[in-house]
Amino acid sequence: MTRDERALRELPAWLWLVLALALAVQLAWRAHEPSPSVREADLPPAPSAAALRLASFGEPEAAARLAMLYLQAFDYGGANARPYRRLDYGRLVEWLGAILELDPRSDYPLFAAARVYAENPDPAKSRLMLEFIYREFFADPDRRWPSLAHAALLARHRLNDLPLARRYAAAIQRSARSPDVPLWARQMEVFILEDMNEIDAARIMLGGMLESGAIHDADEARFLRQRLEALERRLAPAGK
Amino acid sequence: MPALILGRLVLVEARRGGLVWLAAAALLAGIALSAFLAQLAITESRPLQAAVVAALLRVSAVFLLAAQLVASVRREIDDRRLELMLALPLSRAVQYLGRLAGFIALGAILAIVFALPLLLWAAPRAVLAWGLSLAFELALVAAAALFFAMSLGQLVSALAATAGLYLLARSIGAIQAIAAGPLAEATLAHELARRAVDGVALALPALDRVTRTEWLLYGTPDGRAYLSLLGGLLVYIALLTAAGIFDFARRAA
Repeated sequence: MTRDERALRELPAWLWLVLALALAVQLAWRAHEPSPSVREADLPPAPSAAALRLASFGEPEAAARLAMLYLQAFDYGGANARPYRRLDYGRLVEWLGAILELDPRSDYPLFAAARVYAENPDPAKSRLMLEFIYREFFADPDRRWPSLAHAALLARHRLNDLPLARRYAAAIQRSARSPDVPLWARQMEVFILEDMNEIDAARIMLGGMLESGAIHDADEARFLRQRLEALERRLAPAGK
Repeated sequence: MPALILGRLVLVEARRGGLVWLAAAALLAGIALSAFLAQLAITESRPLQAAVVAALLRVSAVFLLAAQLVASVRREIDDRRLELMLALPLSRAVQYLGRLAGFIALGAILAIVFALPLLLWAAPRAVLAWGLSLAFELALVAAAALFFAMSLGQLVSALAATAGLYLLARSIGAIQAIAAGPLAEATLAHELARRAVDGVALALPALDRVTRTEWLLYGTPDGRAYLSLLGGLLVYIALLTAAGIFDFARRAA
């Protein structure tokens, strides 16, 4: 307390009462408002990359990553009433494209596209996402090959579309030229054609990516291991 | 040197005015936000933390410095202490530069303090480049805020002018890109608008190209390009300082 302040006990009682009442009303008001996460109906139309860039005030890298978290709130791990499987995938692709344009060196949009959105059981939506990954791959093959490699696996084992899987595999073989790209990825077409099940292929891919240093992020490695375990549980024979 | 005494007074006032606690609160908010974001990310958690914390700390440093400067200078003018200072045997240019030096030093301290936590997520060389660039950016903000605080009559108008200049300078690159976009119509009105935007850009510093988060995530620029960016800021600081001294010299005693 400074010499300019009066002691608290000197304040009139009605002032205490008004302050407490105002605080109680505020808390009650907010407590009765619905949660914002379940209020959302569907993904809004995507802004253009230029609009996002303008709104970022010169911080496109931070804006791109925050936009990805915003997008995630509509689906994976979010409390949304409409899970990502029912989202408008046309809009979703536009959002991912705008975010990728905002920071082309970020792995986040294509990682989410391949590992979350493309795993949609609806084949039409899955194909939409796989084609998005394929289109974007050519802008930076040496950085973006892991997403297309996973897309090839999905096309092979989930969609059972071997020609599509081979198209993606051939693109990796043809365009990913960096010495950092592991051998199995540079021979992706052979890998796809081999007679192995989805779990074995996913295990080899994850192991190869960890070994080659393609996965730098601990959270990403943990996420991929969890997905592999979930896949193993899902495809395990009943009663085993 | 009398100018240095004026500069030291600025630092003493900032310490006594609680700026240290505000800076500490901004740092804590940044670290808490990074911990929260790390829980949400499924990949790139370190780049995400570095990018968001750097963006938050950058804008916090600018706001704290501009608010401290404008409030301090306006209080000095409103209490008529400035008139007392003008009676001292010091030239107006020395008085102006002394104050500016104090606020630039304050900005440099803020830049060092706000750059240090980024070492948690980025390489030391990148953090050094980011922190040095932030110090230059804050020096420019100090020069702009001092100019507006001295020349505009009210605290709010001085703060608004500083914020307006800063935000416009950070977004002018995006505005130019939109104006020159391939989807824009090739009409005379659009061409005039595009040239007007380019004209505005000429009168602004390139704040959208300095203190870039991408240096923390993807590596620092080459030395020559980096020095060129800092040189551009120095030129604008010199312009604002010259304009400020010019305006201060015209002020009636």
